[in-house]
Amino acid sequence: MAALGTGRSGLTGWGFDPVARVRETTWRLCRKACSLKARRANETLSTAFVFALAALAAAGQLAGAQQAPAGPQARFVVVLDGAHGGDDTGGRLAGGQLEKTFTLALSVRLRSLLAARGIQVVTTRDSDAGVEANRRAEIANHASAQACLILHASESGSGIHLFASSLAPVEPARWPAWKTAQAAWVTRSLALAGVLNSDLLHAGMNVSLGRTSLPGLDSMACPAVAVEIAPERDAGHKTSADLDDPDYQARVAGALAAALLEWRTEAHQP
Amino acid sequence: MIPRYQRFLFAILLLASLAMGVALWQLRERAHQRLIAGQDSAPTSAPEVAPAEQATLLVANDEDSSLTAQVHSLPLPADPGSRGRAVLGKLLDLYAAADATHPVPGGGSSVTQVFLLPAPELGAGAHSPAPAGDPQQGPQLAVVDLTAGFAASHPSGIETETLTVLSICGTLHANLPRVTQVRFLVDGQPRPTLAGHADLTRTYLAGDAAPSEGTQP
Repeated sequence: MAALGTGRSGLTGWGFDPVARVRETTWRLCRKACSLKARRANETLSTAFVFALAALAAAGQLAGAQQAPAGPQARFVVVLDGAHGGDDTGGRLAGGQLEKTFTLALSVRLRSLLAARGIQVVTTRDSDAGVEANRRAEIANHASAQACLILHASESGSGIHLFASSLAPVEPARWPAWKTAQAAWVTRSLALAGVLNSDLLHAGMNVSLGRTSLPGLDSMACPAVAVEIAPERDAGHKTSADLDDPDYQARVAGALAAALLEWRTEAHQP
Repeated sequence: MIPRYQRFLFAILLLASLAMGVALWQLRERAHQRLIAGQDSAPTSAPEVAPAEQATLLVANDEDSSLTAQVHSLPLPADPGSRGRAVLGKLLDLYAAADATHPVPGGGSSVTQVFLLPAPELGAGAHSPAPAGDPQQGPQLAVVDLTAGFAASHPSGIETETLTVLSICGTLHANLPRVTQVRFLVDGQPRPTLAGHADLTRTYLAGDAAPSEGTQP
């Protein structure tokens, strides 16, 4: 189940909607045709029907032209995959919280932050529902996203762990294999991980970078990074910020949102 | 008066009974001798312990997400499969220790078996080719069979599971250089993930787990 965040087309934002204009004209013509005398009704209705079809086709073309990427500024989609859900509870975190609950809450929070900045967001789940790994990859690939974040949480380690796929990079193919679709995107995924790393470090967090093989991640055809949030610990292994700390959650979400904004800026540079 | 044929029949039956008694006695003696012989073959001296050798273990550290090569001295069997099981047992014993840098319960008994098979081709350049003319020296695929208890008690998380998998792959490659690929089973069956994250359905390249630097304690 996919949830869509905010989106806005360029022309409608300026008060001119060509699709609505053409539809209005078509409707007016149909009404005019129907008001003619009965003896010419059949002929007129046929003409109006052909007219309407032509007009709708023109409207479709206009709509297509409107949705076509007029430039990278027009479309920047982020997929947020809150891991686990349903029967798959994930790990058990401090305070008895389940990983699936934490990732869903972080996904919702991050979606709000990104939507407020005008970024279109697609989430793989927005309730406690089980979604298979392949379905998550399908949602991400269908969205043609510029960034996919797979959100996890763990009590092991410290700070934020960023993981790109461990697949070896390959040249993009017309028909990539499902289980290794990410291979063509690994270079971009590593670049995205670098941006995330930079912004999380800037926010004063411990960050580690790695490669892994994760169900779903290897099938995503977009820049994809798995983000695992662990408690913050100091040099003496003492926990300075736990996962149920609202301030820590807000800092993580804020840093991730800032990184994605930076990624959008980088992606839009020629 | 007893007929003559009955007397002959009685004599034959008596002789048959005696012959059967003798045969039974001999069978009993043979079984007894076999039992005694079995007792003689019981071990009267302790089995020879394999000599201690240097084994390189790639030990994971959760603090900095690293794998560090450590050299340990431990008895290693000559058979490669048993050798692989022994080094992995030592590695998991380190993880089960109280002061482990990568705490994972279970210990050495969590590795049921290590099977070694000729490695299938994964594609050009996926692994080093076998030396020409000697198929017995080609690359091997190691199949590591873990216990379900180990997988169930393993801490959940991408980092911790990935470190466990990579340290097992790297340790096998360090001690059995012909092992270039590693696959995992749990209780003899394929399993999607170790503890919800690390993919156990794929073939891992053992060379991917090379450590950045090594230390010797």
